[in-house]
Amino acid sequence: MDDLQELYREVILDHNRRPRNFGELKDANRVIEGVNPLCGDKMTLYVKVADGKVQDISFKGTGCAISVASSSLMTERVKGATLPATLELFDKVHDLLTGAHSHEPEDLDKLAALGGVREYPTRVKCASLAWHALKAAIADDPADKVTTE
Amino acid sequence: MTPRSAELAKPALRRDFATLRDDFPALHQFVHGKPLAYLDNAASSQAPNAVHEAMTQQHRLNHANVHRGVHALSERATKAFEGAREKVRRYISAESNEEIIFTRGTTEAINLVASSLGGVRLRQGDEVLITWMEHHSNIVPWQLLCERTGARLVVAPIDDHGALDVAQFEAKLTERTKIVAIAHVSNALGTVNPVAALTAAAHRAGAIVLIDGAQAMPHLRVDVRGLDCDFYAFSAHKMFGPTGVGVLYGKRSLLASMPPYQGGGDMILTVTFERSTYNALPYKFEAGTPNITGVVGLGAAIDYLERLDFAAVAAHEATLLEYATARLTADVPGVRLIGTAAHKAGVLSFVIDGIHAHDLGTIVDREGVAAHEATLLEYATARLTADVPGVRLIGTAAHKAGVLSFVIDGIHAHDLGTIVDREGVAIRTGHHCAMPVMDRYGVPATARASFAFYNNQSDVDRLIAGLQRAVEIFRG
Repeated sequence: MDDLQELYREVILDHNRRPRNFGELKDANRVIEGVNPLCGDKMTLYVKVADGKVQDISFKGTGCAISVASSSLMTERVKGATLPATLELFDKVHDLLTGAHSHEPEDLDKLAALGGVREYPTRVKCASLAWHALKAAIADDPADKVTTE
Repeated sequence: MTPRSAELAKPALRRDFATLRDDFPALHQFVHGKPLAYLDNAASSQAPNAVHEAMTQQHRLNHANVHRGVHALSERATKAFEGAREKVRRYISAESNEEIIFTRGTTEAINLVASSLGGVRLRQGDEVLITWMEHHSNIVPWQLLCERTGARLVVAPIDDHGALDVAQFEAKLTERTKIVAIAHVSNALGTVNPVAALTAAAHRAGAIVLIDGAQAMPHLRVDVRGLDCDFYAFSAHKMFGPTGVGVLYGKRSLLASMPPYQGGGDMILTVTFERSTYNALPYKFEAGTPNITGVVGLGAAIDYLERLDFAAVAAHEATLLEYATARLTADVPGVRLIGTAAHKAGVLSFVIDGIHAHDLGTIVDREGVAAHEATLLEYATARLTADVPGVRLIGTAAHKAGVLSFVIDGIHAHDLGTIVDREGVAIRTGHHCAMPVMDRYGVPATARASFAFYNNQSDVDRLIAGLQRAVEIFRG
């Protein structure tokens, strides 16, 4: 597997082609816009937070394969998760993307595919945008906008 | 266009431009294990050895401040610095060195005019006219000025090919229009605007004209008196010089009437706490120690560009033209040459019946350098269209500089950028500091390959191979 195949793994390409949980979520109680000023990409994250859980989640927007796949994989994974578990997952993914640990964190399952960006410093923000949006959305004092800068 | 006609440039380019390429050390390196194909010249072009040497010499032996010291080093630095000013003046055919102001770049040059002239010229209800294809640096300074003065920013539209709608532009020129600010060449589309005619129209309406020449300088020989513009702004790093230095050309009478832009050393004659008097042009607009080494580097870049204009380039152009004409006529079915009498002037215009909706086929009259770029552009356009499935070109105006902006269905520009980078090919992806242009064509970003005279056919072939790799990865 060469560098590029490491970045564009099949699961990434699949989620880019057919993003899961794509579209507006009518009964969302947290809506946040994520912007990557470097590329002009924008995504909107819709979250329904209830009973200490991410009851439902969806996203909309345009972006590169890495950013769309990251959003798609994220929504798939955190739907139904408790807020503490979601925050814990954020930290693990953050470490994965930035290469904070030499090995890939455990339990990431499909999300491990995002680890390919570590070798592409200019692309880390593409993968992290959705996650920062999620973290801000479920915070006690939710923001309505995050940027990667 | 078919790959057959794309072959047209091969022998001429390799023979004539191969040696020039050796002058650019940055082009001879490996990136990700692949030889570099540098196609991001519209962002920053590479500098030839002569520029590196002039700057090194300035740094190592002549490093001193200008205009002040009476010692030998300061005199040498001043001579090199002012010598570069004279080179710039001659190169763009300005009347006087007083009209050449060194800035940090095009952006600062535009901000200087917006701040200094705009402040005294604009009143509530006045208008500043720009075009839809402007770089952010020729939008935002005017927006800020309008906010400050209550003036209005008016935008002339562009058509589906990326050409300015000249009729609309002229219709928007009224007695309220005080300043017109237009790109000579669009950075995102490559469109070359008819700036002389636009300037004349703006002058008839009584407006002052600033031309953003950042993208024009590496492609065209600019004559500011011929254009009759009031201001012309450009950057060294897009014309084979260093970053951090640019030029504002301004007509002397206008510059003389304008208040200073920044205050500081070098721009004054006398200072007391009550009041200061200002230095003569151009120093009135050059507060503080300038980028001396950068200016020297710009001077060396101009020396290099001047050298390109000699007989070899003209011969190259003639050869290329002859070869292109022969191949087009012989090998491209349905080709129709228009204006064959213009051959001596270096113009080859043609259409290909029934093959193209847009005009891939105009090789424009420019110097040999540009003819080379036009040919490369043509070749790259042809290969993209023929060999990369799903590609869509953005910006197909008839008169274009060496910029190729495109998107590929289903693959985001950033993914393309990353993939071709791993193949050693440097292109720019994103909005190119021209978000309104992206909005106009309904895309979030494009991939942009931009050419300089040192590019060759192999660079184009490598780009195509990289894009094919991207298509293979994404489509399986």
